[in-house]
Amino acid sequence: MKTVITAAGNNVSAAFDKRFGRAAWFCVYDHANGALAFEKNDFADAQGGAGTKVSELMVEWGVGKVISGDFGPKAKDLLDRFKVQMVVVEEDATVETLLERIKKQ
Amino acid sequence: MAFKIAVVSGKGGTGKTTVSVSLSNYFQRLWGAAVHLVDCDVEEPNTALFFPEKNMRSVAPVYQEIPETDLERCTFCRECSTYCSYNAIVVLPSVKFAQVDPNLCHSCGACLHACKEDALHLYQKQVGELRHYKVGATLKISEAELTIGSAMQTFLIRELKKTIGGDSDLIIYDAPPGMSCSVVATLSDVDLVLVVAEPTPFGVHDMCLTLDLLKELDLPHGVVVNKAGMGNDQIYEVLERYQTPVFGRIPFNRDFAHAYAQGLLSSLDDDPMLKWFRRILFEIERRMPAYERVDHSER
Ligand code: SF4
Ligand code: SF4
Repeated sequence: MKTVITAAGNNVSAAFDKRFGRAAWFCVYDHANGALAFEKNDFADAQGGAGTKVSELMVEWGVGKVISGDFGPKAKDLLDRFKVQMVVVEEDATVETLLERIKKQ
Repeated sequence: MAFKIAVVSGKGGTGKTTVSVSLSNYFQRLWGAAVHLVDCDVEEPNTALFFPEKNMRSVAPVYQEIPETDLERCTFCRECSTYCSYNAIVVLPSVKFAQVDPNLCHSCGACLHACKEDALHLYQKQVGELRHYKVGATLKISEAELTIGSAMQTFLIRELKKTIGGDSDLIIYDAPPGMSCSVVATLSDVDLVLVVAEPTPFGVHDMCLTLDLLKELDLPHGVVVNKAGMGNDQIYEVLERYQTPVFGRIPFNRDFAHAYAQGLLSSLDDDPMLKWFRRILFEIERRMPAYERVDHSER
């Protein structure tokens, strides 16, 4: 399974970005082999529809869980529908802190 | 052909609508002109509210055409989704899912062009309503109201403008507040733009953004300083720097505000707003080609 953490930058010391559709980067962690990748969000500055398009990406990447601060209603609908688990984190943190947390699970 | 004036302001609350309503009032009374007042603020039309005595002439729904995915035919190739610049289409090949979000779709037609499988079919969705009114013999009012959730503001404004005939002497477009695409849609093909600005620091800042836009669009324009005397004189320095003419000033006074809000200026003799608007009308007239039907006898 893969888990995505929405990130403000492209490395683990970057801040956790609480916006789902408009996060700058996605930190993709693969539980199967421990691989870590950072993907740029091309929809971060989209006029509209960022949440839906990013949800589409999540499903296509085979992501099982997304950690973010705020999922819009449209993103929620899609992610729910395709059984992508949404974890809402409200505290300020770095990507690393959250990563350590999910690795333990 | 009617002379078309747009009344704009960089932000809400500058008195743009009261200025539009007052102008339509004075054009009729001082020039004997037939006026068509058009409210282009489709998200919150409020101009018609100033005229309780209006008669409704017609109401008509406006539709947009939205594609819907036929899942029987769709091969989930994602072509349509790549073509859609509005991010309105989601296609998930892995789970055989495809969907168009009607609230994001701008009816541009690109996806229909992209789909080689004939898997997209159009249906009609209401985006708003057009309403036309008449007030007495010389005033027409038109407005459009956007369906909640729709993103088709500019489309609706263009549809509204298409229904405005040229049989009046003057058309006044009351623009939406701000600087959005809706404002640009309102301004297309107008002859003169009136910028309503407040002499406060925020007001000046927003006015400058509007003036920059008007310069870019290359539209003749001038400024009406509303609530004059309320802030400071910075606005006049800025206007000088921009080389933008001041069409007039309207002093800040609660009673005046009340007077126009009421729309009850029955006699020109004791109308406290008259002298301020005479000046504005004069500045507008100087920028108009000659109009035969305009009756100047009262001036
Ligand atoms: S018509 Fe245009 S905006 Fe609407 S879904 Fe198709 S490509 Fe997107
Ligand atoms: S282009 Fe046509 S076939 Fe391809 S995903 Fe879109 S609707 Fe389906």
